[in-house]
Amino acid sequence: MAGGAATGGSAAADTYKSARHWLLLPSWLVLVLVVLAPVCMMLIYSFLTKEFRGGVIWEPTLAAYDQFFFDRGLFGDDPPKIEWTYITIFWRSIWQAGLATILSLIIGFPTAYFIATRPERTRALWVFLVTIPYWVNLLIRTVSMKFLLRDQGPMNDFLISTGLIDDPLRIVNTNLAVQLGLFYSYLPFMVLPIYASVERYNFAMSEAAADLYATKWTTLRRIVLPAVKPGVIAGCILVFVPSLGAFLAPDLLGGAKNFMIGSLIEEQFKGNAGNWPFGAAAAMVLLTMVLILLMIFARQQRRAEASP
Amino acid sequence: MSAKTDVKNYTGFRTLTFVCLFILYAPLVVVTIYSFNASPSITVWEGFSLRWYGDVFTGPESGKFKAAAINSFSIALIAATLATIIATSAATAIVRGGIFKTRTLSLGLISLPLMVPEIVLAVATLIFFNAVGFTRGYMTILVAHIAFCIPFAYLPIQARMQGIEDTYEQAAMDLYATKAQAFRRVLLPLMMPGIISGFLLAFIVSLDDFIITNFVKGAGVETLPTAIFGSVKQGLKPNIMAISTMLLALSIVMVTLSYFVSKTDNTK
Repeated sequence: MAGGAATGGSAAADTYKSARHWLLLPSWLVLVLVVLAPVCMMLIYSFLTKEFRGGVIWEPTLAAYDQFFFDRGLFGDDPPKIEWTYITIFWRSIWQAGLATILSLIIGFPTAYFIATRPERTRALWVFLVTIPYWVNLLIRTVSMKFLLRDQGPMNDFLISTGLIDDPLRIVNTNLAVQLGLFYSYLPFMVLPIYASVERYNFAMSEAAADLYATKWTTLRRIVLPAVKPGVIAGCILVFVPSLGAFLAPDLLGGAKNFMIGSLIEEQFKGNAGNWPFGAAAAMVLLTMVLILLMIFARQQRRAEASP
Repeated sequence: MSAKTDVKNYTGFRTLTFVCLFILYAPLVVVTIYSFNASPSITVWEGFSLRWYGDVFTGPESGKFKAAAINSFSIALIAATLATIIATSAATAIVRGGIFKTRTLSLGLISLPLMVPEIVLAVATLIFFNAVGFTRGYMTILVAHIAFCIPFAYLPIQARMQGIEDTYEQAAMDLYATKAQAFRRVLLPLMMPGIISGFLLAFIVSLDDFIITNFVKGAGVETLPTAIFGSVKQGLKPNIMAISTMLLALSIVMVTLSYFVSKTDNTK
């Protein structure tokens, strides 16, 4: 899944050595033209002047970044103060994505551990069960979540009919709904890498710890967790990164008050009132944050591989 | 072994696993059940009916859904086919092309659409089409879909090719097959499960995409997800639940197919 293509396996066979550059040409052509060049173009656009009906005027300016970080008053001539609006939105996104990640870890780790300790022939089936929802349309899953959590939705009906609560829980349009939505969207990403780590873990180490009178929970904390740490970190990254830039969960479950980066960016491009350079700048800030995270992660993984 | 020293079982882990699966499936199951509701209200249950499935095909919104479905399926079919061809060719170079300088770089490039957040990819693609002066519409959606489908097609194909030893092709070439013949008559048939699996995954990913499509589509061109999103914005309606259930079932069938196809072993 995500990030998995980075290992090409051991290259030994070179049957098609003479044709390799021709074979790679189509993928390079498409990915450079439609992914890499556009990202560079986005960087350039973030330094251009905005056109009022969307689009840009080719005049270089720092206006987009200035608007992002500084407040210069209504007419733009006050001494610059820090502009908190957008920083707050970014901070809220980090916070929401972080909580969703922790929630996924709390449910995902025991699940991954449980699956990895099943008999070998049933493991694939368990993994498959966890993976299926990921392939269902994210929009449909988010809509389903909204349907379930609604004030008059099936969850509230059920809780009221059992007498647990008297009034419906108002979850939709709160931060909690967004956290639940993000958690629900990316939970499989937490389970899979942890599962892969636990499956490779040598349980003889746990048994040795138990022989030396470690309790089971001490064993889990001191022996298992350090050994499967790369998988846990991978899972956290795979949940955190897409949550950070998510659009559907905050838009459908959060309502207007729970704006996240994704909605901020979308607003600049859809509709007529948009500000393309500002949207490009916000996307650049998001991309920079994600790339830094991925770089730290790659270093961590390399270090983990180096020390067996 | 006593429960105290049974290091593979922790109290509560089994329960949490079932909680996990319950959370993953509950919303989908609930929507599926309510899509068969006879009532025009989404709140009250009035008995089983296929009414809203009929409404999807003949109701007031059926024209919109039909056009969106034609766009969605034709784009998914073309994008997945091209992405699969491109991915197969790239995998052949990377798995069977020896070690060369741009190998790691190529792998990085192929995983790029998975690493860049989708909303960033959407902005970048929109800006690109704007800068080169393409009118947004069917073609821009298609081009964007081909690009982000490549890694999804690539992963199962690469995994499959790594599992096939190159002795089969070597044997064919010892018997005077050309490289092209060895590829077409030996490697390609052995790779088929990986290729089909990659194609199916690319197809689902294209069919499911909302964010990028929403950015690069022109006015008036809709795919199923953007049409559904437009409707949902005006409130949840029972016909949306019916169309969602159909898409949901289709995704599950295709993933299951992909799973079983990739498991088949035709090297023996």
